[in-house]
Amino acid sequence: MGTLHTVNKSPFQNQTLLSCLAHAKAGDAVLMIEDGVYGGTTGTAVSDALSKTDSDVSLYVLGADLAARGIDAGRVAEGVTSVDYEGFVDLAATHDRVQNWL
Amino acid sequence: MAYDVNGATIEHDEEGYITNLSEWSKELADVIATAEAVDMGEEHWAVVNFLRDYYEEYQIAPAVRVLIKSIKKSMGPEVGNNKYMYELFPYGPAKQACKIAGLPKPTGCV
Amino acid sequence: MSEVKKFLYVNRKAPYGTIYAQESLEVVLIGAAFDQDVSLAFLDDGVFQLTKGQDTKEIGLKNFSATYRALGDYEVTKLYVEKESLEERGLSLDDLQNIEYEDEDDDYAEKPSIRLVSRAEMAEVMADQDVVLSF
Repeated sequence: MGTLHTVNKSPFQNQTLLSCLAHAKAGDAVLMIEDGVYGGTTGTAVSDALSKTDSDVSLYVLGADLAARGIDAGRVAEGVTSVDYEGFVDLAATHDRVQNWL
Repeated sequence: MAYDVNGATIEHDEEGYITNLSEWSKELADVIATAEAVDMGEEHWAVVNFLRDYYEEYQIAPAVRVLIKSIKKSMGPEVGNNKYMYELFPYGPAKQACKIAGLPKPTGCV
Repeated sequence: MSEVKKFLYVNRKAPYGTIYAQESLEVVLIGAAFDQDVSLAFLDDGVFQLTKGQDTKEIGLKNFSATYRALGDYEVTKLYVEKESLEERGLSLDDLQNIEYEDEDDDYAEKPSIRLVSRAEMAEVMADQDVVLSF
């Protein structure tokens, strides 16, 4: 089922998250990891792009990377789900391919 | 490690590939060939010249199958086949001929 | 090797500022030995890799842009270039170098390797792969 996209850079540093969202298709999942998790927080310059993403594209952030950066679970944007490492593995296993956006 | 060409010293790496590609000359090619125990004939030179032209145009030394395919096209199947090319260059037509042609080891060779 | 898989190499970085573009090209050339169905995607800053007239003499780096023209010899003949990415950077197809391959099944006719696609079409290309490798 679809593609798991991962994004590991802050969206305030480059356009990678936006490009990823623009290429994600219904049934795909986008997982923000490492500095990518800053993109999954609420009230940012990319919030609009997140909320306009096809609702059939699932959005995730890696909880461990949120915690490491001191980002409270309450600051995760609406429509974005926090997953643990096990959830990461499940996402990789349940999608047809993984595309890492570097 | 270096080759000696009429008294001039040309540096090479531990496998015999020269380190500064611009130092190549036909005389150096003969010196490298002798070190490799290859007796340079007309067809050896045709392959070496082909490799140098290919590198000049594309900035890479072609992989052996690309080399053989291209030689087959330009010089015919009598030369452009695996068996004959290995007779010309027993340690590998791409690897050994590239060394004599003064080029880096072909991309993908380990 | 059993079955042929579809491999897509995704190029999203400009050529000389980082090593990504050159590394990608090298992996493509090495990977070409494995007889898979290989495509290359150029989007975002990756489209800068294919511009014509590159001259690296004064920056002391190898001009590997010439090597894209050798891809046809390695049977890599599908180079997808995203139209929106070109336009956002003030470029069009005319600014890219001409890259062709010889079609062995068509009397060695020279055919263009570059295929201009929209962002939506690029998403389709990506979704159609077995393996996606990013650079």
